Amino acid sequence: MATSPLLDAKIPAGPLEDKWNRYRSSVPLVNPANKRRLEIIVVGTGLAGASAAATLAELGYKVKAFCFQDSPRRAHSIAAQGGINAAKNYQNDGDSIYRLFYDTVKGGDYRSRESNVYRLAEVSGSIIDQCVAQGVPFAREYGGLLSNRSFGGVQVQRTFYAAGQTGQQLLLGAYSALERQVGMGTVKMYSRHEMLDVVVIDGKCRGIIARNMVTGELERHAGHAVLICSGGYGNVFYLSTNAMGSNVTAAWKAHKRGAFFGNPCFTQIHPTCIPVSGEHQSKLTLMSESLRNDGRIWVPKKQNDNRIPSAIPEDERDYYLERRYPAFGNLVPRDIASRAAKERCDAGYGVGPSKMAVYLDYTSAIERYGRGEANKNNLFNATPEQITVMGKAVVKEKYGNLFDMYKQITGEDPYEVPMRIYPAVHYTMGGIWVDYNLMTTVPGLYALGEANFSDHGANRLGASALMQGLADGYFVIPYTIGAYLANEIRSGDISTNHEAFDQTERDVRERIEKLLSIQGKTSPEHFHRRLGKIMWDKCGMARNAKGLQEAIQEIRALRKEFWSDLRVVGTANELNPELDRAGRVADFIELGELMCLDALNRNESCGGHFREEYQTEDGEALRDDENYMYVAAWQYLGESQWELHKEDLEYENIKIAQRSYK
Amino acid sequence: MDANANMHLTLNVWRQRNNSTEGGFVTYEVSDVSPDMSFLEMLDVLNERLVHEGKEPIAFDHDCREGICGSCSMYINGRPHGPLKGVATCQLHMRSFKSGDTIAIEPWRAVAFPVIKDLVTDRTAFDRIIASGGFVSVNTGNARDANSIPVRKENADDAFMAASCIGCGACVAACKNSSAMLFVSAKISQLALLPQGQTERKIRAEKMVAQMDSEGFGACSNTGACSAECPKEISLDTIARTNREYLGAKMTSSAV
Ligand SMILES: Cc1cc2nc3c(=O)[nH]c(=O)nc-3n(C[C@H](O)[C@H](O)[C@H](O)COP(=O)(O)OP(=O)(O)OC[C@H]3O[C@@H](n4cnc5c(N)ncnc54)[C@H](O)[C@@H]3O)c2cc1C
Ligand code: SF4
Ligand code: FES
Repeated sequence: MATSPLLDAKIPAGPLEDKWNRYRSSVPLVNPANKRRLEIIVVGTGLAGASAAATLAELGYKVKAFCFQDSPRRAHSIAAQGGINAAKNYQNDGDSIYRLFYDTVKGGDYRSRESNVYRLAEVSGSIIDQCVAQGVPFAREYGGLLSNRSFGGVQVQRTFYAAGQTGQQLLLGAYSALERQVGMGTVKMYSRHEMLDVVVIDGKCRGIIARNMVTGELERHAGHAVLICSGGYGNVFYLSTNAMGSNVTAAWKAHKRGAFFGNPCFTQIHPTCIPVSGEHQSKLTLMSESLRNDGRIWVPKKQNDNRIPSAIPEDERDYYLERRYPAFGNLVPRDIASRAAKERCDAGYGVGPSKMAVYLDYTSAIERYGRGEANKNNLFNATPEQITVMGKAVVKEKYGNLFDMYKQITGEDPYEVPMRIYPAVHYTMGGIWVDYNLMTTVPGLYALGEANFSDHGANRLGASALMQGLADGYFVIPYTIGAYLANEIRSGDISTNHEAFDQTERDVRERIEKLLSIQGKTSPEHFHRRLGKIMWDKCGMARNAKGLQEAIQEIRALRKEFWSDLRVVGTANELNPELDRAGRVADFIELGELMCLDALNRNESCGGHFREEYQTEDGEALRDDENYMYVAAWQYLGESQWELHKEDLEYENIKIAQRSYK
Repeated sequence: MDANANMHLTLNVWRQRNNSTEGGFVTYEVSDVSPDMSFLEMLDVLNERLVHEGKEPIAFDHDCREGICGSCSMYINGRPHGPLKGVATCQLHMRSFKSGDTIAIEPWRAVAFPVIKDLVTDRTAFDRIIASGGFVSVNTGNARDANSIPVRKENADDAFMAASCIGCGACVAACKNSSAMLFVSAKISQLALLPQGQTERKIRAEKMVAQMDSEGFGACSNTGACSAECPKEISLDTIARTNREYLGAKMTSSAV
């Protein structure tokens, strides 16, 4: 194998530990007077976009930021629950930059780029410092210092959190930094705006076309660089834990204008979500991975056991994760925990009305915490009831909002009965291919946060997405963008009268008109649901060649039907959520095909990509390092046509092994 | 369809084309509603039907559907976010209603939140209030080690409670004066409780209150309806704290 000449990752030379430091001090700088003349467009105001927009404006660049919600504070990052990792080693439990780096590469099943991941681990500590300085109220111990917890796939406590609302607090921190710049006039904020295309002039990205979602007007925005920070594409599966509006459109338009798409089939199915309750369901709700710190996962040892959980005695319960993976127990990585749950349910041990669920049980944690409290308060004769009350109070403090959420949705009280959980689509490791500078294959076009493919390989560890989004925005792009912009100071203002703007705007307008003119019988929602079903059944937790080939045919047929039978009510010059949805579903359909193609190409199992043909005897993922230790970067050539380019992954600092959590 | 999808409801929904046309209530009958559906899923079902009939679906803001993004915003039978305490519209489930119920659904009513369409309002005034001072002025890269600033756990917990505001605007919608005092106080309190927020404490309170006034929100008369309807149950104590902060600021500074 050899890396495609089109995929120069621009990894700096030198030993791993020195790469970033050295590079950072040698990136060309742009002087303050020139920065004021350079415009940067940031698409998205989640953790990645808000932190990038704020920081770039602080540095003196002119920034325009876009989001489709009514306020930048509502980006999907707001919903992240469990926490953010950082190699601070505050717990003195042996953590280090190297260990965070190692855990992330191993957790990703050896499909991520060493240099990027090391840099991520290096800057992780500064993220916590920055957030605390902004007033992010992380959880603290009685001594006033920061508290930590564990997440899956690791054996240290390095996760910082704010109850079950970590994403909210981090995003509000980044949002306040962004709004501060808006107040100072250095960032111009465009909310309720949807980017619908990027404009490329002479091979360089020079701006975007955005639609004002209230008036329907198409707007041209020019910039010397464009940053796609538009989040992940999990909603291609229709049901996922993502927010309803999360979509691939921004990334997909970038892809169709020349940005290669990396590892599109790498999706994360999260093990602990509230199971589907009926056909009306519009989205799935995550129960944070942090719950696996204290909760125990089990199913009955007997198939089709219909007893209520409390009537099943201890020795008739199968704590299958503790049984199969004694070293990590309930804290195995997500891909492994998800497959194990599917395996039990498929084999007939599932619980609940649908039988597609397993228990997440807090009984023993409540008792353990209750005893701890009793000891702390010298209550040596506490009754079991008192212990339970005290234990519940501790659990409430740690996980209260998650327990409330569960109760609200299911109508059951998780303090009294075990929660029922099942895996659900959660995150996409795949995304736009970027080099070490976070630049895509189109010069001047960057991708940050979940929208890029970069750091998580074939499986992301818990609490690492928040870390990556903020690393990209606060600490990476502000430096690396200089490498490109230093050469742009002579470009001057970019005119939106250029014919490329005319043409791109025309393309966007024609497509909107097309969507509205079909006037068929079927709603965008309906097509989305059908696409989701194909993807979940054939490109979900387990995949095989036959299923993927079928899926590709089915998706092509669905696309045809979409473009001949779609019905969008309303017009293009008003607030029209149906029209927004239609455009997004059209892009999801095209992406779905590429995901299946990528999954079909990758004849191995790794991380979240499980090809049934490639597994060990005990059902673990079987990698093929010889043939597939590469990033699959797809170039768009035309409808249903892609060319595959490979970036070889080289591991110089980590010994590759079969991932074992036993 | 779900086996237990057996509820029937009458909805009176506010429909309004845009900000420059008048709106009015339109009545819809919906059946086959399951008690397990969320309120917004019930509206989804109605919207699917409207689309099928070639009619425009009801526009409403929503995104996370987990009670955290603050997008969803509507009066349900006259109460912001509906009947339950501490619950945003998206987390309200139909089991809180009975078959046969009539439900009125309206957008936020406040001068500072003009209606855009149907149930969708413009809440950017909140962003402008934050932009006026709802932050700690610390550029990226200027921070010292996080554990070099210990914070009393009680203060950290109280700051967190205040910071959990989702910016939905229900407090404004609940208030007979359309005051934004609870929203503003939540942010002022969060930062006043933390050492990081001290330097700009006075100026922050002054600027945010001034911006709130200039956006057309009404005055606070301490009625408490805001906190009672707040999906995050932000406490009235935050308002008391803000009044102290603001008075303190007013007495020692001349600039506004
Ligand atoms: C329920 C849930 C819980 C999670 N919990 C955790 C956790 O505990 N720890 C962790 O590390 N990770 C967690 N994650 C993952 C993490 O939250 C996300 O990966 C991360 O927040 C993504 O941030 P982002 O900035 O890349 O994108 P997002 O936050 O998704 O933001 C995308 C932005 O792009 C804008 N946008 C998109 N398309 C367009 C367009 N066409 N035009 C204009 N604007 C556009 C949107 O308006 C938005 O502002 C969780 C995810 C979910 C779903
Ligand atoms: S204070 Fe409460 S009601 Fe007001 S915006 Fe915040 S969360 Fe909503
Ligand atoms: S939709 Fe996010 S809070 Fe209701």
